[in-house]
Amino acid sequence: MRGNPKSSKRHGSGRPRNPLPRRPPAERARDFGEVALGFALDAALAEAKRCLQCKRPSCVPGCPVGIDIPSFILALAEERFEDAVKVLKDRNNLPGICGRVCPQESQCEAACVLGRKHEPVAIGALERFVADWERDHLPLMPPKTPEPDAPKVAVVGSGPGGLTAAADLARYGYRVTLFESLHAPGGVLRYGIPEFRLPRVILDREVEYIRRLGVDIQTDVLVGKTVTLDELMNEEGYQAIFIATGAGLPFFMHIPGENLAGVYSANEFLTRVNLMKAYQFPEYRTPVKVGKRTAVIGGGNTAMDSCRCALRLGSEVTLLYRRTRAEMPARAEEVGNALAEGVVLQELTVPVRMVGGESGHVTALECQRAELGEPDASGRRRPVIVPGSEFQVPADTVVVAVSQSPNPLLPQSEPRLEVKKDGRLVVNPDTGETTIAGVFAGGDIANDAGTVIAAMGDGKRAAKAMHEHLRRQS
Amino acid sequence: MAGYQIVAKRPLAATVTAMEVMAPRVARKVRAGQFVMLRVDEQGERIPLTVADKDPDKGTITIVFQAVGFTTNQLASRNVGDFLADVLGPLGQPTEVRRLGRVVCVAGGVGIAFIYPQVKAFAEVGNEIISILGARSKDLLFFVDEIRALSAELHLCTDDGSLGTHGLVTDVLRGLLEKGERYQYCIAIGPIPMMKATTVLTKEWHLPTLVSLDPVMVDGTGMCGACRVTVGGEVKFACVQGPDFDGHLVDFDELAKRKRAFAEEERCLLQEAADKLAEERGGAAAP
Repeated sequence: MRGNPKSSKRHGSGRPRNPLPRRPPAERARDFGEVALGFALDAALAEAKRCLQCKRPSCVPGCPVGIDIPSFILALAEERFEDAVKVLKDRNNLPGICGRVCPQESQCEAACVLGRKHEPVAIGALERFVADWERDHLPLMPPKTPEPDAPKVAVVGSGPGGLTAAADLARYGYRVTLFESLHAPGGVLRYGIPEFRLPRVILDREVEYIRRLGVDIQTDVLVGKTVTLDELMNEEGYQAIFIATGAGLPFFMHIPGENLAGVYSANEFLTRVNLMKAYQFPEYRTPVKVGKRTAVIGGGNTAMDSCRCALRLGSEVTLLYRRTRAEMPARAEEVGNALAEGVVLQELTVPVRMVGGESGHVTALECQRAELGEPDASGRRRPVIVPGSEFQVPADTVVVAVSQSPNPLLPQSEPRLEVKKDGRLVVNPDTGETTIAGVFAGGDIANDAGTVIAAMGDGKRAAKAMHEHLRRQS
Repeated sequence: MAGYQIVAKRPLAATVTAMEVMAPRVARKVRAGQFVMLRVDEQGERIPLTVADKDPDKGTITIVFQAVGFTTNQLASRNVGDFLADVLGPLGQPTEVRRLGRVVCVAGGVGIAFIYPQVKAFAEVGNEIISILGARSKDLLFFVDEIRALSAELHLCTDDGSLGTHGLVTDVLRGLLEKGERYQYCIAIGPIPMMKATTVLTKEWHLPTLVSLDPVMVDGTGMCGACRVTVGGEVKFACVQGPDFDGHLVDFDELAKRKRAFAEEERCLLQEAADKLAEERGGAAAP
């Protein structure tokens, strides 16, 4: 069987997809340990052998960073693990992260031809398997140092877009400084995505890999305040800059009572829990107050993460969504995980007021019922309020997870950066270049894809465009 | 690797400490009214602290704090030569410093440290400064000489009468206003009840008043919204839109309630620290 893709096709493709093992809901919902366990070796090999090894693979164009998916799967099927690692990392600097948090079902796996008749190959789970195999079997490479006279470039923001761009720029040979405003690198991977979906050992190791590519990571630097773009270029000698500051501005609902104590934006709630490790309070000093009943408002992945964190902190959790489960923007898998763990979904519910007690702490949400009307601009059916349907949902903790927009801080600090109405930077769609020559942008500050992998795709494309820009300059 | 090393430390008053910390990038940029987010150690909370002074040549900033909670007590226990885990800044909008004429600067308690850079900045552009500094008792007053040197008039008061007028800063300000003194602008910085009382008074006298708020913050960069305050009926993020606001428009009652949200957790941390200290002392006392 080994070494022959045809035989692996014959032996594997007709078999059902191997399910990714997960810890049972009742067990996992009580701690912050990882939910999905990853394939054991047998399952990984069996799944790898399901791949048809298409001559013109449709999965590769479905991957924003263009991983040679059939090649890494073939190497895995043939148990050439190191080769599989090499193929993956040739295009993806963060495979352990992507294998866990990418929405593969709407990207590479959606394009898998097996999916037409059967189920698609579990590409994401295989990517994770290879990344984890590397972590368990190979030492981190020794640190590289860039040539001292190489041109200097800066990357602003160390989320998935920034990390990817920084890694590629280091590989092109530049001296790269990656600036992060928080005290630890990772951006949304650190403050937003919880430990039970992305263990910090995985994140730390992939960040360390990027550091060893020669990237100088400087935390506690808020570009726009600590140092301006102009100073980076004209005083500190950076010849090109990539802005990847994400979508860090939380939306609130602007309903009465929203400033009561106990009401958090999802950003605040998740930052306390994930970045500041409030779930380990008081050993870690940042508190998060979670009462007996938590209400989370929203229907995206951030809402799911908020629900599942609150659950793990010992609260009963109700998810209030204005449409129905079918219209939720969150990954179906994550909605399923949340509900299996005990989150109660209350569909067609629109909060109109937050009610508080004497001390100024929230006690309940006043809501109205909705029904689905005509589709709106997003193509989803619009919720229409049912008059006279007011009712109360008791809650002593409320998390508002109704989307976020780009943090305006950096754009406001540099008037030459042109900004669109939605707060995103105006960029050249092919290169990611902003309205300032030599300054590029990607991820949620420039586009509204809102996924880790889309930001990484932007980072990769911008790194290439920056490389071309700098070659033209010299 | 450069770090946020403490290069000087001095007690200013009972429980109030000034610390000079290496932070060259912050020192170069910071202006009056701005603050930093600081973390003492890897397990630490991020807390906002106003920058009281700077020395861009040395690359240092001076922070002043009163040891009231767990983190400020922990910070007070750090000494010259120690490193702080993180200092991020400068954050917030700098105070809009203009030449207005006679400016009355009212500060209470540790707010004296935060009004000092503003007094300096307003004096520098040619305003006549009238300072009113108050504290619970005389051993909590500090920066008196520094502020006196910048002021045309200095008034001191204490709650217990141990120094200056026996009473509150608002009593002093009311007395001056009733005597016929007139000012073009007021800056009030201190505990929430003090700022609230001052703005109630200055509103009666139609005296425009700037306050500097310090709500709960987590990131300090506009990302979490923990610091939201209602100003003139609108929700503002103090970390990026403040911390200075028009005092006549601030909802101080809401701010006070939001600041108390984690009081229980703070007590838990302080209790734990006290228990640990008692245990250590007990252990040391054992034969």
